[in-house]
Amino acid sequence: MNKPTQFSLSMRVLHWGMAALVMSMLAAGLLMIRSLDPWQLTIMTLHKAFGIIAVVLVTVRLLNRMRHKLPAVPNDLSALQKKAATASHWLLYGLLFAMPISGYLMQYFAARPIEVFGWFRLPAALQVDIYNYAVFRELHGWLAIALTGVIALHVSAALHHHFIRKDNVLKSML
Amino acid sequence: MKQLYLALLLLPAIGGLHAEASDKVSAQQFVDLQQGKTAFAGFRRAHAKGLCVSGEFRSNGNLQSYSKASLFQPGTTPLVGRLSIAGNNPAAPDLKAPVRSLALSFSLSRTEQWRLAMNTPPVMAVADPHSFYQQIQAIQAGPDAIKQFFAQHPESSEFLTWAGQYQPTGSFAAETYNSINAFYLVNAKGEPQAVRWAMQPTVSVAPGNLQGDNALQQEIATRIAADQVVFDWVFTLADATDDETNSTKAWPASRQQITAGQIVLTGSTAQLDGDCHAINFDPLVLPTGITATADPILRARSAAYAESYRRRAKEQRQGALQESSNE
Repeated sequence: MNKPTQFSLSMRVLHWGMAALVMSMLAAGLLMIRSLDPWQLTIMTLHKAFGIIAVVLVTVRLLNRMRHKLPAVPNDLSALQKKAATASHWLLYGLLFAMPISGYLMQYFAARPIEVFGWFRLPAALQVDIYNYAVFRELHGWLAIALTGVIALHVSAALHHHFIRKDNVLKSML
Repeated sequence: MKQLYLALLLLPAIGGLHAEASDKVSAQQFVDLQQGKTAFAGFRRAHAKGLCVSGEFRSNGNLQSYSKASLFQPGTTPLVGRLSIAGNNPAAPDLKAPVRSLALSFSLSRTEQWRLAMNTPPVMAVADPHSFYQQIQAIQAGPDAIKQFFAQHPESSEFLTWAGQYQPTGSFAAETYNSINAFYLVNAKGEPQAVRWAMQPTVSVAPGNLQGDNALQQEIATRIAADQVVFDWVFTLADATDDETNSTKAWPASRQQITAGQIVLTGSTAQLDGDCHAINFDPLVLPTGITATADPILRARSAAYAESYRRRAKEQRQGALQESSNE
């Protein structure tokens, strides 16, 4: 069975589109919890609304991934490296779901409905549950740190493949 | 193509670093200053002492054509509220606090919430959060520092005029609570109208012979147990010449005022036993039909409130309030 040398166009578009979205979301999140400037409210509102887009995109991405054949992992990788690659990819998918879901739940338990671009609002609890708010607020923060770490690992691995091993891994996603 | 990807990926990070590098006061620094050297774990970092109230808003429908928010249609909407005093100490003496506050929460539906946080002064002393930070520093430093601060901030003149003539009353029920910041009411046609509002008392209570650290809390609990406490909810409409983004300037007394109905308080509970303690009264939690103005003080409130809320929620989760609530 022949494996493609490149990820399909739809997979590449989704990958890079989400990369830009996730980096923007992490940067916005980091800034908006600190800033007292007038744009804070605007960025916070957008951050919450884009969380919906993120959860839709990662779902589409997973479904799309199942439809396509993936390029083969280079043969010269050790079994351990192959396993680490697979594990880090599934960890990324897990975190891409966990981020928007924990973000939504912290708003849900704080009884703060989320306004989505003025189109509609996501429901929240009628009464505040401060205990569960605390759980998901802290979780959202810890997950953001974990996601940043796994992305750093992912980017380092891609650059390692490209510049050190000089294989086809990064090119297959370009 | 690769460069484009890289540029797209790095753009937000570069923007972030740039903003981080500025020397502006952060929400964390602001809340650090408010809470002081030793925080009262599990309590609000500002307006820590208060009690929960419950009741309803009785709308007369007068604001229906200005806002599509459901609570302005004729009828009643239940509310959870909180009466409090300024300061970070949940056991502070009631009568020493310079500011008294009323916060309200309307849980209109699963998609519509409104939180309001109102204080006795009608205006702010300063127009931006960074000056506000310096004002709190000056208050903490003592009378000379605050005198010097106001001398350097001419925009505080209206606040000082108010502070000079303000006489604290003998009851939470007899104070006027102001939105201070302006908001837009938005009607079904999408037309915005800048407004401020005040909860105006329907009783007058002389300072009299109140005594003890919990004088105001005891007075209001006794008063509500005996009879309902009522405020008129009065909106002031800006005209085109008014600046809705500057909370240091009141609008002329000649502006049109509309009474939207009455706030009726019928119950009170100690804060740790009531529904109000869990609520973050962030005034930027708004229902459809009300939006925020560009007032820099208003826009600074969400991040600061969120930081205070995050800290106390975490502490409460870790059991910080168990001792106090068992007392």
